Amino acid sequence: MKRRFFRKSFGLRNGGINPSGFHPSQLQFYIILAPIVLFMVLPIVFIVSTAFKPTEELFIYPPRFFVYNPTLKNFGDLFNLMSTANVPVTRYLFNSILVTAISMAASVVVSTTAAYALSKKRFKLKKTLFAINTVALMFVPIAVTIPRFLIIARMGLIDSFLVHILPALAMPVGLFLLKQFIDGIPDEVIEAAQIDGASDVRIYWRIILPMIKPAIATIAILTFQATWNNADTSSMYINIESLKTFAFYLTTLTASASGANTVAGQGIAAAAALIMFLPNLLIFVILQSQVMSTMSHSGLKG
Amino acid sequence: MTAGLKSIPKPAAAAGGARRENNRFSKWLNKEGSAYAFLSPYALLFIVFIVVPVGVAFLLSFTYFDTIQFPTFIGLRNYIALLTQDEIFMKYVLPNTIQFAVIVGPGGYVLSFMLAWMLAQLPHIPRTILALILYSPSMTSSITMAVIWQTLFSGDQNGYLNSFLLRLNVIQEPVQWLQSPEYLMLIMIVVTLWSSMGVGFLAMLAGILETNPELYEAGSLDGIRSRWQEIFYITIPSMKPQMLFGAVMSIVGTFQAGAIGVTLSGANPTPQYAGQLLVNHIEDFGFLRYEMGYAAAISVTLLLMALIFSRLAGRLFGGEE
Repeated sequence: MKRRFFRKSFGLRNGGINPSGFHPSQLQFYIILAPIVLFMVLPIVFIVSTAFKPTEELFIYPPRFFVYNPTLKNFGDLFNLMSTANVPVTRYLFNSILVTAISMAASVVVSTTAAYALSKKRFKLKKTLFAINTVALMFVPIAVTIPRFLIIARMGLIDSFLVHILPALAMPVGLFLLKQFIDGIPDEVIEAAQIDGASDVRIYWRIILPMIKPAIATIAILTFQATWNNADTSSMYINIESLKTFAFYLTTLTASASGANTVAGQGIAAAAALIMFLPNLLIFVILQSQVMSTMSHSGLKG
Repeated sequence: MTAGLKSIPKPAAAAGGARRENNRFSKWLNKEGSAYAFLSPYALLFIVFIVVPVGVAFLLSFTYFDTIQFPTFIGLRNYIALLTQDEIFMKYVLPNTIQFAVIVGPGGYVLSFMLAWMLAQLPHIPRTILALILYSPSMTSSITMAVIWQTLFSGDQNGYLNSFLLRLNVIQEPVQWLQSPEYLMLIMIVVTLWSSMGVGFLAMLAGILETNPELYEAGSLDGIRSRWQEIFYITIPSMKPQMLFGAVMSIVGTFQAGAIGVTLSGANPTPQYAGQLLVNHIEDFGFLRYEMGYAAAISVTLLLMALIFSRLAGRLFGGEE
């Protein structure tokens, strides 16, 4: 009797993991999730709202969370602003787009080739090398900021465009996810191709790459987030204003926003933050199903 | 996939051809060369930007180095100084780091598992929308978000939080949220938790969704009667690898987030060292005082902490499978 009741109210078929439709037992989860989701989404709503606020609404007291008369003025002001070094905002934006695009492409090439070798080729150090990469998952880049700086300076990469790109390509998480994903391709497929006489390059290009599209999308997104949001590279390694990125420009806005014209700068800074955030969101929305299917291969064995 | 297979050309003549050089090197090159060729671009970057910096940090940590003169070897003196003489480290940085890491690390991890689990109980469309909302904060970088936090937590009565609390009569006068030692740590924790539902969260969500539904049916026949039992006896054991991946991501994320206090308060050191974490301590000594050897010793400590915690997580979720 008790069990039947349990089955009815918390039943594992109508409720349970990955249900196909609505069931009253799901209500409890909506109720718990609602405040958390609200908390998570409010700061983002706030960026959007502030970005469209006209000046009077920024100065209003008491401050209002939502915008009443949205305007594009902040975006206009942002693009008319010149940085102290007379570099237009569009230049920073152009740099960001260029750096991000090249990094994404390069990262896909570098990581997929390495993952193919680690997953499907046979060689002595294979296990060791993968183990090293797995340890590197636990690597905290911010801890070695100083040695990295010394090395990059020694290599003569200061003030070069490459410094935006190269460090982002060594991404242990990316290689790890790709390798796990390629492991899912049966060896027989590769062997069949080898018997047909396909070369390694051909196997990589014609078999592996088409089969791992979801994982490629994931690597692309991770690289995008790492480079597009990155302001440190510009502030540490680049002294030439016209080679810096949009993320860096945004940090200068925040710095000056805490100065004299705090309130007036808020709208412009929010507009810039929105421009930073939107591409992240768009790319993820478009590719989210691919990312999820990659993530189911993400298991790490201790 | 089949299309890819069909387009592969007829057997190449050289496939069976004998290439039996006695030369061991060319034999090795034949067998393993292409693997290394595929691996080398990544390996090169990995060595230059990960292995060498870690190695340099390790070596520098045994030296005195002021960036001008060549480093001089001083043995373990940096580590000894860190543990015995660095009052700020012992009094503020270490307790702060532990407090921050314990709440954001395991706390954020449990939170992201519970959120992922609850999302998995919902149908596809609402689940996708809610997952997107929970994930999107992790797409913002802490630096860009500084704009938002500085406005929300602004110290005058115009600040959103201040004005809200003043109207509710919770506080009588505006609070300098980001400049006051009492609140800075709390705000750092909240902000970091806010942005911590990242890759690890997605991995765990995927892991929960992948669990074989037959296991749950078998479990209910075997007398599992609550959702909690289901989580502990079925869900977690069947997704241990994802749990471990999530744990490692959350540990690294926690240490990587260490700069947040400086970003929020706009100053290093943070007000009365209230938000000072290991990462800020490194920068303080490295970039502000140019004591690179000492900074490197702190770096090594930080890396070791991340490694040790990840290993502990590995113990917890590793095992047979």
